Amino acid sequence: MVIYRFDGTFEGLLTVVFDSFLRKEEPDLVCLYDTALPLFYDSLCDVATDEEKAGRVWQKLRKVISSSAVSAFTAAFLTDNEEFPTLAVRFVRRAVVSAQSIENDFSDPAVLAVLNECRRVRCESRRLIQFVRFQKAVDGTYFSLVEPLFDVLPMAISHFHDRFSDQPFIIYDKARDYGYHFDGEELRRINLKSDGRHLSSGKLAPELMDESEPLYQELWRAYVKSIAIVERSNPRKQRQDMPVRFWKYLTEMNGTELE
Amino acid sequence: MTEATLEKLKILTAAAKYDVSCSSSGTVRRNDGKGVGNTVGGIGICHSFAADGRCISLLKVMLTNYCKYDCAYCINRRSNDIPRASLSVSEVVNITMEFYRRNYIEGLFLSSGVVRNPDYTMERLVRIAKELRVTHRFNGYIHLKSIPGASRELVNEAGLYADRMSVNIEIPHEASLKYLAPEKDFKSIYEPMGYIKQGSLECAEDRKHMVKVPRFVPAGQSTQMIVGASADTDRDILFRSSALYSMPTMRRVYYSGYVSVNTYDTRLPALKQPPLVRENRLYQADWLMRFYQFKADEITDSDNPNLDLEVDPKLGWALRHPEAFPVDVNRAPYEMILRVPGVGVKSAALIVNARKFRHLNSDHLKKIGVAMNRAKYFITCGELAVCSIADTSPEYVRHQLLAREQRKENTLQLSFDFG
Repeated sequence: MVIYRFDGTFEGLLTVVFDSFLRKEEPDLVCLYDTALPLFYDSLCDVATDEEKAGRVWQKLRKVISSSAVSAFTAAFLTDNEEFPTLAVRFVRRAVVSAQSIENDFSDPAVLAVLNECRRVRCESRRLIQFVRFQKAVDGTYFSLVEPLFDVLPMAISHFHDRFSDQPFIIYDKARDYGYHFDGEELRRINLKSDGRHLSSGKLAPELMDESEPLYQELWRAYVKSIAIVERSNPRKQRQDMPVRFWKYLTEMNGTELE
Repeated sequence: MTEATLEKLKILTAAAKYDVSCSSSGTVRRNDGKGVGNTVGGIGICHSFAADGRCISLLKVMLTNYCKYDCAYCINRRSNDIPRASLSVSEVVNITMEFYRRNYIEGLFLSSGVVRNPDYTMERLVRIAKELRVTHRFNGYIHLKSIPGASRELVNEAGLYADRMSVNIEIPHEASLKYLAPEKDFKSIYEPMGYIKQGSLECAEDRKHMVKVPRFVPAGQSTQMIVGASADTDRDILFRSSALYSMPTMRRVYYSGYVSVNTYDTRLPALKQPPLVRENRLYQADWLMRFYQFKADEITDSDNPNLDLEVDPKLGWALRHPEAFPVDVNRAPYEMILRVPGVGVKSAALIVNARKFRHLNSDHLKKIGVAMNRAKYFITCGELAVCSIADTSPEYVRHQLLAREQRKENTLQLSFDFG
């Protein structure tokens, strides 16, 4: 078994591709530096991420597959599936040596993996767009805490930037401890130092809320309740389309109390 | 904006909830950089899901639930003794903007009971849309109901601000409609539909010559039919849908399983439960017409004017046409692959792409996402065929698939009992 390890970055992954060609090897397993190794293996290569090597693979990849396949690949890279790096390296290796584009060869597990993981990641990014809930703070900033499965905030942020271009807002990823702040002029990546409870519960404390905020929250909760047709109650479908893990940050799902 | 608004919102939301449409799809509207909002196109965005599992994309509300009509199937008919309320123009505008800014909604779906006369009501709907677009520079989604009987001028003005407009046909046959809603006829429904269509076509023509012409109802129109309130068959409903879809600008026909709201009216059937399975089958049939290249007269025939409630319409068609199968996944045209039960639009596209690279076997198909437990009766891929529909009989296949369905249901119930 030929094992390659890398630092988990996108450039690192592309460097793995470069080095594997250099060493004329086909990696059987590509994983992170700190992954526990199997008991028996033939060779181990710890790849040092190299911008230039990665850049060359990247340029070549962009020539041999379509731009939509490139964007699917970069999205798929954000997955948490541990098997993906191995398949991703196989995908790039095959793509750059093939005479024709292999992006539609869906009976190849590597191609199919790119498609499937890209779908999962994009679905999560879409869910962010669906389920972000802003609360208006006293200073006029709209605040939202999120906790997506993957690091998809950078994918989704342009949507919010375009949509809410006349209101200051913060969307903060609690799991990865960073977020974006739009001050009405400029969008910046931020790390919040405060340990206020709004960063743990996602709820602004009453004294931090704009005075109209509780009323609109109440209106929204009343709306969501009134729009449901009792005779058609279908909690299973509700959970399917709006997974429970999002509920704690949804204004309409977590009751009126502020803990 | 007070507690009184809250009560009114509750009443007018409950009054609007039987309108099914909630999509925010069909058009792209960019933020011009000076206002708020954009419309993303594609399949729209659902921001929440209500306890009935239906998506919440728009603020769906009625301006008022006072109505001068007395349609048998409608909760808001004038002879019902229910709480009535009206929201003011500024209240609707305000709630829409505040909800939108908190990312609760994609926009507004506004409808209204008919008060005084159609033009009076329509004029107020138009005022709200105008205020949102012009005063608040709102670029989100606006869906307006066109009030039956409203004048062409008002519909034309509404079309400049709305993304989508709709007029509900409610009942597929005019005779049934007149029986249940004596004050309405097909003319009062098709006329505003025609205005919207003409407005769109004229606008499209003008835009060929001048880019500056504002768009007119860019997301087209939709309509809705109630299922189970009249004696009409599924065949009637699907033929009506099919005719509606052939009309330019008609994007969606919705089906609404009738909820017995007016039990005292003997013209209506007394249903314990809304006909949810039937409604679901109609949606499946609708999908077959829109995405699977089926014609309305293939989905039902005169011997079976109603859809089979036990099997979905696509499987139903396959069982009635064993001569069309098995389909060779490595050779058959895309249209035939689409007709295989267990193959969806996505997997059909993957199949026709992937088979250019190598011969596909059942393992490949399974990984691609084909539901092999259904598809296996209808395809061949060069392997030893297992009990295809051609070797056995439609009855056998039907029995096998239903038995499987039953087993699945049992395990599900078990897991609920002990879970």
